[in-house]
Amino acid sequence: MAVGKRDISCPPYVKGREIELEDLKEKKVTYVEDHPDIRYSFTAGQAISKFLKGLKEGKILGVKCNKCGRVMVPPREFCELCFKPINEWVELKDTGVVETFSISYIDPDARPLEEPEIVAVIAIDGASPHMGILHKLGEVDPEKVYIGMRVKAVWKPEEEREGAITDIKYWKPIEG
Amino acid sequence: MMVEKVKGIKYHKKQDVAIVGAGMTIFRRRLNETGKELSYYAVKQALEEAGLDISDIDMVVMGSAPDAFDGVHMKGEYLLDGAGASNKPYVRVFVGGGTGVFAPIAGYWHVASGLADVCLVVCEEKMSSSHPHPQSAFKYIWDPILDRPLKPNLIWIFALEMRRYMHVHNIKHEDIALVSVKNKANALDHPAAQLAAKITVEDVLNSEPMALPVRRLDVSPPSDGAAAIIMVAPHIARQLTDEPVWVTGVGWSLDTTWWTNRDLYFPRYVAEAAKMAYKMAHITDPRKEIDVAEPYDPFDYKELHHMEGLGLAKKGEAPILTREGVTARDGDLPVCPSGGLLGVGNPIAASLGVKVAEIYWQLAYRAGKRQVAKEVTTGVAQAWGDLMQVGTVVVLSNKR
Repeated sequence: MAVGKRDISCPPYVKGREIELEDLKEKKVTYVEDHPDIRYSFTAGQAISKFLKGLKEGKILGVKCNKCGRVMVPPREFCELCFKPINEWVELKDTGVVETFSISYIDPDARPLEEPEIVAVIAIDGASPHMGILHKLGEVDPEKVYIGMRVKAVWKPEEEREGAITDIKYWKPIEG
Repeated sequence: MMVEKVKGIKYHKKQDVAIVGAGMTIFRRRLNETGKELSYYAVKQALEEAGLDISDIDMVVMGSAPDAFDGVHMKGEYLLDGAGASNKPYVRVFVGGGTGVFAPIAGYWHVASGLADVCLVVCEEKMSSSHPHPQSAFKYIWDPILDRPLKPNLIWIFALEMRRYMHVHNIKHEDIALVSVKNKANALDHPAAQLAAKITVEDVLNSEPMALPVRRLDVSPPSDGAAAIIMVAPHIARQLTDEPVWVTGVGWSLDTTWWTNRDLYFPRYVAEAAKMAYKMAHITDPRKEIDVAEPYDPFDYKELHHMEGLGLAKKGEAPILTREGVTARDGDLPVCPSGGLLGVGNPIAASLGVKVAEIYWQLAYRAGKRQVAKEVTTGVAQAWGDLMQVGTVVVLSNKR
């Protein structure tokens, strides 16, 4: 079908009335405020509970799928690709490689942080390629971080560990 | 019945699907209107362009992103009256940021299956209800056990992906910033635009750091807004217009939330979605056969990343095409001629208005000052979402 040039410009008009934050603060617009307080308890489940218990003991645990052969971390109860149950658990090293990183200047609510922090995806030694976890880097100048940097976990003292991802305080560069 | 094999699955189509009208509201950081009111405005405009009345609508699809923005669960049901769906078959679909292109895909099912001859697709987002910043609602997309204790911000995933993309292809931030410069300038011609501006690469590189390499001007703004399109069967399209735009392919694909387990340099799920849509549309060489594209651009690097996922550029080639002006409005492959999310605004699902609706208007030659210079037959719109995992693709053509 031949399409001719049409003398219409779309959208022909746009509706909506813009307001500013000040309009809310000064109550120039009608609004209702609510602060829902909903609490949750997330069970960690079969696989991640075991992973967190491992962290408490200073170990990083992964799983191996006996069909596709992938060694996965974080561990899971089933291989999502083969859709088979996982039977084999493996202890991975607490070292790895920086896959990618960012220097963050903001907190979860987009408020500025006092000190920027370095966040990274760290591919864990002993797992399949690109099998990483999200964590933070420390004891390093942000300017000196690079992709491919070798890093090691810095654990909390044993008595302070609670079976949480934060039992690893951060990851620091391996010298040399 | 037309039968084709797509992705190894026999794909049965009862009838072809055309788009005959679209509408959208202004996109702004804060709008006084409720989500229902915004939806109503967008739908009214789409009906006006199509020359239809609400009583002509058989079924309605609503697209809207997380309930947490509005603080109203059952958001689909809540928005129903604004969407013109009172006492009609109605469904809300949601695949995170991918929703703006997924809702038209769901609309396509309704018509292609023969269940409906006229399907209205509405997308709405009101991000400003959540304050002080919608980021506070976004933090609940993270894994509660392994990620949230690290106090993440949503920008992190983009920063981590952008860094990986830059590293693998040795791309400079200057080249990525050109996307922001282009899209914000394109948006100067869009009446709904929130952040249209003439800016320079230096402005982007010197803007406030958020999560490096991401800086303020690399990012699209949160917005309120709504958009709508009307999808119809061929016999309806013929009654309404001599120039319908046909939906020739749809595709969608999702990867897992295990986003730290994949190499982030390439969006494989977008490539999978594109493969499905192109196969349906009989497109074998997208770079040659696609005339105009609206890939999802919530961040400047994302446009490039998605061009590569869509096969509009080879891996690592998108920044070069951008630098050479190929993706400009008067280039050989105009990309985000609307001004995209970076320039017009990013009301998550309502980005329908600058993605599928824009390609529709471009192919109908109704984009006014935004109309691309070249002759256009086929265009692609794409969206992305959630934890680096959602790809949604729609191919449109003004030839059946």
